[in-house]
Amino acid sequence: MAKFEKANSVGEWLDQRLNIKMLNRVLMTEYWIPKDINFLWAMGMVLAFTFSMLLISGIFLLMYYKPDVNMAFDSVNYTIMQEVAYGWLFRHIHGVGASVVFLIIYIHMFTGIYYGSYKRGREMIWLSGMLLFVLFSAEAFSGYMLPWGQMSYWAAYVITNIFGGIPFIGDELVVWIRGNFYVADSTLTRFFMLHVLLIPLAILGAIGLHFYSLRIPHVNNQKGEEIDFEEESGKYLAGRKKQSKVIPFWPVFIAKDVFVLSIFLVFFFYLVFYHYDFAMDPVNFDPANGLKTPPHIYPEWYFLWSYEVLRGFFFDIGPMKASDIGLAAFGFAQIIFALLPWLDRSPTVAPANQRPYFRCWFWTMMVVLVILTIFGKLPPTGTNAWVGFFSSITFILLFLILPVVTKAEAKKVASNKEGE
Amino acid sequence: MKELKILGVIIFFTLVTYWGVEPLAHSIFHPHVEPADFEFSDLPPVQGKGEVATGKELVVANCTGCHSIKSQGYPAPLDNASANASYGVVPPDLSTAGKIYNENFLANFIKNPAHATKTEHKFVGGKVHPMPSFNWMSDNDIASIIAYLKFIAPKEMTNREVFVDACGRCHNMKYAKIKATSDVSNYMGSTPPDLSMMIRSRGEHYLTTFINDPQKHLHGTAMPRVGLTQEAEEQVIAFLEEIGDSKKEEREALAPYVLGFLVFMAIISLLWKKEVWSEVE
Ligand code: HEC
Ligand code: HEC
Ligand code: HEM
Repeated sequence: MAKFEKANSVGEWLDQRLNIKMLNRVLMTEYWIPKDINFLWAMGMVLAFTFSMLLISGIFLLMYYKPDVNMAFDSVNYTIMQEVAYGWLFRHIHGVGASVVFLIIYIHMFTGIYYGSYKRGREMIWLSGMLLFVLFSAEAFSGYMLPWGQMSYWAAYVITNIFGGIPFIGDELVVWIRGNFYVADSTLTRFFMLHVLLIPLAILGAIGLHFYSLRIPHVNNQKGEEIDFEEESGKYLAGRKKQSKVIPFWPVFIAKDVFVLSIFLVFFFYLVFYHYDFAMDPVNFDPANGLKTPPHIYPEWYFLWSYEVLRGFFFDIGPMKASDIGLAAFGFAQIIFALLPWLDRSPTVAPANQRPYFRCWFWTMMVVLVILTIFGKLPPTGTNAWVGFFSSITFILLFLILPVVTKAEAKKVASNKEGE
Repeated sequence: MKELKILGVIIFFTLVTYWGVEPLAHSIFHPHVEPADFEFSDLPPVQGKGEVATGKELVVANCTGCHSIKSQGYPAPLDNASANASYGVVPPDLSTAGKIYNENFLANFIKNPAHATKTEHKFVGGKVHPMPSFNWMSDNDIASIIAYLKFIAPKEMTNREVFVDACGRCHNMKYAKIKATSDVSNYMGSTPPDLSMMIRSRGEHYLTTFINDPQKHLHGTAMPRVGLTQEAEEQVIAFLEEIGDSKKEEREALAPYVLGFLVFMAIISLLWKKEVWSEVE
């Protein structure tokens, strides 16, 4: 057993029992990060902070929300929005936060893709990140149902219906998910459970995994340079801070994070107070009505690109029904980003703009995703349907050709090197 | 410098996406409509010479058989349930009609209610508007009725009063504890929605043109054009906002403090960052 002496300070007392000095070193003052990074590397912390805002505002909402089809709408729109002190503020933070978190997730994700931060030992970071993406999507979808407005109801109806297309078990699966033959009180209550308990727990676990997966490979840097962390941290500790290629998490990295975070918060609260309609769809302020289909049904903006891949295949091809092709394409879109570390066959870790072929691939992908997102909201008629069709095809093709493109690129890079 | 370039790229992609899913999509979902016309210039002008005393006689002879005018001591001839059963909708009290309705609209409404309210498409195949057309009256008679209604109308009304008189026979407003006097679902063929949250779900812009002329947005809808003056309509919308967005003032008052504080924090954190990074760069 360890020997306990009289402690002279609270810190010492805690240190004897919890080893906090060591913990502080490992997690803070000697947790090393490359120096050559830009503000995009603060997005992870911005996400962590936004998630805490969602968690806290969510806990406040939970005190007054009622998961019952007869009470849900009024508990949100009357009790919380109008009666509870600052209830509207918590709801706006939660609603805007749920939308903005996806904007940051996408920036964070495409930063990873741009700098090639998903390979050379960073595969687990990438996979745990994709897991977070899936969990956040489920969290957003289940949360959107809770106010029991028109869009809550009809989005739930349309999205749960998608599962009906799965061969053999489809119909039973839909009933199993809904807990009823149609979207009903049982559906609301179970999605409420998912939203406030199961998925948040899973997210907390996944965030832990994501952070842990960063420890061994460390985060990437602006040039994709391989850094000898032992040596560089040695330099830093020896006082040669300017020569060292690394910085400690505390206080150097965090100082920049906090600055980026504060700028983000100004933008965030501007949206909370003045510009929230994009995140809290006006249509959802109409109470759910299963007898009145809204003229336009669409998911929240961050699901639009994959929704458009689902709708893009609007005509039967040979023996295959349009809806089946759409569903298969949708399934493809859901998992394909996770496979990126294995689709990219080039060993180069560098910013996309310094990779001759990948660069075109990356920017084409960005443009295709924006087009899919925009057309995912517009009515799928006339030319819109064809734009949707061709961009869905392009999206799929881009992933199919990625291994070929990156292999060719690897060859070209290798021969260039030989030439030098 | 390089970081600003990156920021520029991100802002560019974000704004293009935003433009597509918000302004562009909205312009397609809600095609542009002409602005509200508070002159009701599609209706022919009714030019007559009106006299309050004649107007009073005409109203007592022709209108109080269905309508109450409580401010002048004319009670409702039927209780609400019976009136609802007989006419499909309870005829509204006329004490404030001279104030809230546009004069020319009112004249045309008395002459031909279905035409003025743009609901003729609902009254076909033997169905007639529950209020008879007084098209046999002379323009002077009609002008007199209006002169009388204006004479008895109050000079000032609260937003709530305007709402109850203009919309309250059809629409509930749960959050203001207002219950419609009638159940018009049979008469109209559709149930008027509760208006509590309309200010958030439709927004002021839509409501301004919708209330002025529902057909503009919902072609073929059963909701009649109500014929409010600009002032009355503004009061109705203000009321919808008081009820559906009651914390607007609090929100707008709090915003500068929170944003000011955050800008201040941003400056402090910039200084801290500069200080810390000066050691390593
Ligand atoms: C047979 C019964 C009946 C008679 C007689 C009658 N009304 Fe009406 N009136 C109604 C009903 C019913 C409504 C409601 C119609 C609706 O909601 O569609 C109405 C509505 C109105 C309105 C509201 C218009 C609006 O824009 O919402 C006014 C003003 C009005 N009547 C004035 C009069 C005047 C003036 C007379 C006499 C010249 C009169 N009414 C005679 C039944 C009657
Ligand atoms: C005579 C009955 C009647 C009166 C009076 C009336 N409404 Fe309506 N209103 C309706 C009906 C019926 C509908 C449903 C229309 C539909 O679904 O096509 C409706 C729908 C609406 C809607 C929803 C429109 C949409 O986009 O779905 C709003 C907003 C509205 N009314 C506001 C008002 C306001 C404000 C007033 C008072 C100035 C008013 N109404 C007076 C019958 C009425
Ligand atoms: C929403 C919850 C998430 C949180 C809280 C989070 C948090 C973080 C943090 C704090 C970092 C380190 C700092 C940084 O590089 O930004 C990081 C790195 C990383 N994350 Fe996430 N992340 C989340 C989601 C995702 C998603 C959806 C992906 C994509 C699949 C992802 C992929 C990555 C990658 C590849 C890195 C390493 C970056 C590099 O090496 O340069 N993360 N994350």
